[in-house]
Amino acid sequence: MGKRTVIPFGPQHPVLPEPIHLDLVLEDEVVVEAIPQIGYVHRGLEKLVEKKDYQQYTYVAERICGICSFMHGMGYCQTIESIMNVEIPERAKFLRTIWAELSRMHSHTLWLGLLADAFGFESLFMHSWRIREKILDIFEETTGGRVIFSVCDVGGVRKDISAETLKKIDKIMDELEKEFKEITDVFFNDASVKSRTVGVGVLSKQAAHDLGAVGPMARASGIESDMRSQGYAAYGKLDFKPIVETAGDCYARTSVRMKEIYQSIDLVKQCIAIIPEGDIKVKVTGNPNGEYFTRIEQPRGEVVYYAKANGTKYLDRVRVRTPTFANIPPLLETLKGCALADVPILVVTIDPCISCTER
Amino acid sequence: MSILSMTKTLFKSIAHGPYTVLYPIKKKDSFDRTRGKVAIEISECIYCSMCQRRCPTGAIKVDKANQSWSIERLQCIQCSYCTEVCPKKCLHMDNQYTAPSFAGVRDEFVNARIPDNKENN
Amino acid sequence: MSQQIIKEILPKDLLAETIHLKNEGYRLVAITCTNKKTKDEETSVEKDEMELSYSFDKDYDLINLRFSVCADDEIESVSLLYSYAFLYENEIKELFGVSIKDISLDFNNTLYKIPVKAPFHTQKEDK
Repeated sequence: MGKRTVIPFGPQHPVLPEPIHLDLVLEDEVVVEAIPQIGYVHRGLEKLVEKKDYQQYTYVAERICGICSFMHGMGYCQTIESIMNVEIPERAKFLRTIWAELSRMHSHTLWLGLLADAFGFESLFMHSWRIREKILDIFEETTGGRVIFSVCDVGGVRKDISAETLKKIDKIMDELEKEFKEITDVFFNDASVKSRTVGVGVLSKQAAHDLGAVGPMARASGIESDMRSQGYAAYGKLDFKPIVETAGDCYARTSVRMKEIYQSIDLVKQCIAIIPEGDIKVKVTGNPNGEYFTRIEQPRGEVVYYAKANGTKYLDRVRVRTPTFANIPPLLETLKGCALADVPILVVTIDPCISCTER
Repeated sequence: MSILSMTKTLFKSIAHGPYTVLYPIKKKDSFDRTRGKVAIEISECIYCSMCQRRCPTGAIKVDKANQSWSIERLQCIQCSYCTEVCPKKCLHMDNQYTAPSFAGVRDEFVNARIPDNKENN
Repeated sequence: MSQQIIKEILPKDLLAETIHLKNEGYRLVAITCTNKKTKDEETSVEKDEMELSYSFDKDYDLINLRFSVCADDEIESVSLLYSYAFLYENEIKELFGVSIKDISLDFNNTLYKIPVKAPFHTQKEDK
């Protein structure tokens, strides 16, 4: 029985994009237990429903997080549309799907850069983010903003993409596929990457189910669960199968996310091929009354939106349960038994988005 | 197990040179739809205050008696909701962003037309 | 879209229903709390209650267990069965002031360290 020490990890740390605190209990360089503490960026956004009416709250919902911003807006609008029984036009559904898949690509590329930074591979980090700039340029050209799009609205979308811009996006997807091949070859095959990620932080399938893991974390341990199979927005018309690995270690989680980037490129090209003409917005009048649960697949996992309305223009309650909130208990489980130098890598493999967690 | 898998990318980037733009000496071109800041054609404005009611942050203030329209630049979130609800379509999004500053910046626009001056109106 | 069922239960049946769902292989998705103001029809007394919803999922089917509690009622924690429920229950305890006992890892209202007690439960004084 070695001597036990307690080392604080965070809230400031070079690998963390956002502040989280972990108290690590160590026994001679091996982590025995970890106790989390969150609350550094709690803004109380759910209480703002009392002051902003349900259409203005779209802008608040988008700003819960910077990386997954479009999906938050889309999920909120979908919930309100389901309460009010509004059917949005087909073209709007396809446009939302295109932007959602591009969001997923940019989030996974950002994460790949952070992972490379976590084990010190700076040049790989810079190249991943250089490729990400092309995707951000597409966003600025079609929506007007690089990070916060403000393009989703209750009843459809606010901006249209012309046919020539869609052709241009198609060509950019082909170029991106070639560039991604060079970068992901390094992640899949390089000896230094493999020595830091293979066999580290193994989460078995039973443990992933008992602890409620969601998203790529669960899919890397063998659980086949992807909310896009439910068929919301335009996913019902696209050819798509969830990507599952069985090893459950950091290497498996990295390869799930990289394969999802290629799958997203393919989904965007499918959408561009079959997008129909038509309106992009339906006029919405009146106030919502009722309640509804919506579940969407964000880049980090399954997110649950719950909205309750009572007939006035102010909603009663909006609740967002984000995937990082559900992935913190599996993180605490994988930390048990790992070496101290592996802790930053493990914290980054759950893809922590703490501003989503605490709203 | 390969150890030199990154060499092709490294040689390509040495040959290409820097990928970054030397800002602020060279500026990057913005796109048509870039939401920089809100601009108004004050001569068309009828001071109906629809934009003030719809603004999510309360950055716009309209004063009918003094014929003035003002916006707090640092509170504006550039969502362009006001440009959609304006009935006379006198608001549009400009491509350039507001310059950074320390304190609040309130831009005020007043209609400078004199009603009696019929030749120049 | 898949199924969405809301099932009203009594607070004392919570643990029994949860054991039943866990044996069938459901996983806990979220615990939600909403403020509810009801007016009793005979006595016209306004009751200030909180409505809790426990959401479970299996193969994209969603089942919600729902019941109401007052501010001084105590309910049991489900963290014995679902160990990760401690995060949701600590958050509800801190933001709404519902008393939940026997949570496996209890933060005692220091999760978010908000200076005001139960901020989401206090009534809206001004719009």
